[in-house]
Amino acid sequence: MLSIVVNGSSRVCTDQATVADLIRELALEGKRVAVERNGEIVPKSRLADTPLANGDRIEVVRAVGGG
Amino acid sequence: MNAPNENIALAHDDPLVIAGRAYRSRLLVGTGKYKDFAQTRAAIDASGAQIVTVAIRRTNIGQNPNEPSLLDHLPPSQFTLLPNTAGCYTVEDAVRTLQLARELLDGHTLVKLEVLGDPHTLFPNVRETIRAAEVLVKDGFEVMVYTSDDPIAARELEAVGCVAIMPLASLIGSGMGILNPWNLKLIIEQAKVPVLVDAGVGTASDAAIAMELGCAGVLMNTAIALAQDPVSMAGAMRKAVEAGREAFRAGRMPRKFYAASPSSPTAGLIG
Repeated sequence: MLSIVVNGSSRVCTDQATVADLIRELALEGKRVAVERNGEIVPKSRLADTPLANGDRIEVVRAVGGG
Repeated sequence: MNAPNENIALAHDDPLVIAGRAYRSRLLVGTGKYKDFAQTRAAIDASGAQIVTVAIRRTNIGQNPNEPSLLDHLPPSQFTLLPNTAGCYTVEDAVRTLQLARELLDGHTLVKLEVLGDPHTLFPNVRETIRAAEVLVKDGFEVMVYTSDDPIAARELEAVGCVAIMPLASLIGSGMGILNPWNLKLIIEQAKVPVLVDAGVGTASDAAIAMELGCAGVLMNTAIALAQDPVSMAGAMRKAVEAGREAFRAGRMPRKFYAASPSSPTAGLIG
């Protein structure tokens, strides 16, 4: 199992998991979100072929109300 | 006789042009502080705004994945979304936020940059703002920049390639109105890109004064969202921005301490 941090919270996932798997697990598939892995943006087109690694820090963001 | 289309024609003849794209509305609005998304949408519709700001924040993990989202109510197909860097205090955070926004909005490059310097007043940190603007412009962003009402800072931000300069009228969320019209006037006079007042508008007359000064537009959030009736205030702001713009274009009469020149004829008085 891999130990990662998503939006500041610890989480585990399977050894072969990709970023796309994580997004699916978070029930965010098809939602308008953007993903950053260890400070680097993971483009939508690369989510499925970007593997997660132990210790990864993932940020998943969305648009919210603001001025 | 009525001429119902005259004002519409005028608006189309006088678009707000930012980074080569024309907008009918000169009122830009934020999407924060509303009661719910339905109220947000109703107020934005009443405002007539075409450009609406959004913030970029972490997705809530583990919450109901089917909870409504802001963009369900404000689809990018209907509005120009202007992602902001609200809450950023460093160049790095601001750049990172907007790079995420670009990914989120499918390569969208028109953004609102703000780099704050103080959590108490939300006053901008102009040095960090200029540095962030440089980085973002080099990275291909079209940067509309929130700044203080300092004409020298405005000039530097334009020199690094910002597509619009957006000085504060007064502090964010304060509703204090236009505290230094003279500085705004200096900024407007020297700028070759649009100057929009961003922050500080409290009520409709503030927006009209900004436009009468020659601002290209006004960006506001709290003045609408925290009004007793946000949808009515949104309509008032739309009219104020239009009236202020029309008055600016019409050219006001000169101010005189007194004129001794009545509007009615002095000849032909009875007796």
